[in-house]
Amino acid sequence: MQIGILYSRIRKDEKLLLGELRERDHEVTKIDVRKERFGLESTTADVEDLDLVVDRCLSTSRSLYATQFLDSYGVPVINSPETGDVCADKAKNSLALAEADIPTPATEVAFTKESAMEAIEEFGYPCVLKPVVGSWGRLMAKIDTRNAAEAILEHKETLGHYEHKVFYIQEFVDKPGRDIRVLAVDGEPVAAMTRSSDHWLTNAAKGGETQSFELDDRALELVERASEAVGGGMLGVDLMEVGVEPEADTGETSGTGSGEYTVHEVNHTVEFKALNTATDVDVPAKVVDWLEAKAAEAADDEEVTA
Amino acid sequence: MTSDTDPVMAEDPITGEEIELPADVEVGEIIDSPVTGTELEVISLDPVVLEEAPELEEDWGE
Repeated sequence: MQIGILYSRIRKDEKLLLGELRERDHEVTKIDVRKERFGLESTTADVEDLDLVVDRCLSTSRSLYATQFLDSYGVPVINSPETGDVCADKAKNSLALAEADIPTPATEVAFTKESAMEAIEEFGYPCVLKPVVGSWGRLMAKIDTRNAAEAILEHKETLGHYEHKVFYIQEFVDKPGRDIRVLAVDGEPVAAMTRSSDHWLTNAAKGGETQSFELDDRALELVERASEAVGGGMLGVDLMEVGVEPEADTGETSGTGSGEYTVHEVNHTVEFKALNTATDVDVPAKVVDWLEAKAAEAADDEEVTA
Repeated sequence: MTSDTDPVMAEDPITGEEIELPADVEVGEIIDSPVTGTELEVISLDPVVLEEAPELEEDWGE
């Protein structure tokens, strides 16, 4: 197949993907979005003959616009702009999960310092304040006291960008020192791992330790439903275990969970290098298997339309 | 893409020193300078040109 990769930075993840695609003799067109222009009817990017374009933009804004333009030209894009739109914004993400009746942390959005303070006081301490757009745990705040809340809200209000005045406040989930990242393609898990840390942020990007994780039936069901709730695609579904009691003697959690989860977010330009290392799964191979199937589907759709 | 076996040499744009890049280096790839640790972006492969990589921006991520 002829496949395009939208990018502005080749990370280890893109390199794994490019390696696998080339190994299978697919023709790869790398599209550096920083060098292209996107018009209402066409683009300077060489996309005409592509069977499929995979969005691997590091920048969320570029990802959202570029996929929307390509989609408008009729170029099949992974992930769809609709999925990107829901996943890129934590408020939309939470709403989509809640609307699909998927357990997700209680969340409120407020637009002023005063109303945000009311929300924080109602949640009680600790609670969490997150930017609506952002990743890798950046600018996330666990708020332990009213004094801290007042300071953080004031700082956020002066940060400049209007998005910082959309206060996204969430209950603090007392997870057992780890969360779970699942890479799924249209709801089917490719690989799963836990990310553990003594810090409340367990993101791999923050240095959380990763370990392969076996999904039970409940987790499998939630991953499938969370994927569907945001429109499907190649996604990073993040879950936290709830109701896990620490061991009485050590205070640490055992490897087994309670079997109950809350889904806190779904990511649309998912990184997978850590999963590829933490698990026995050949992640890029599985991803490319799926991309081949999606390209075939897109070709069939085009034949039917033609 | 270069041959998998040929070493790729380039000039570190900050120090001017010659540095070795992975044999399978890609345009767009980010390399940590072995001299200063600075992130360098591979701008082209023929000739090999490196530039200091863009700073992290607020909307970067997954």
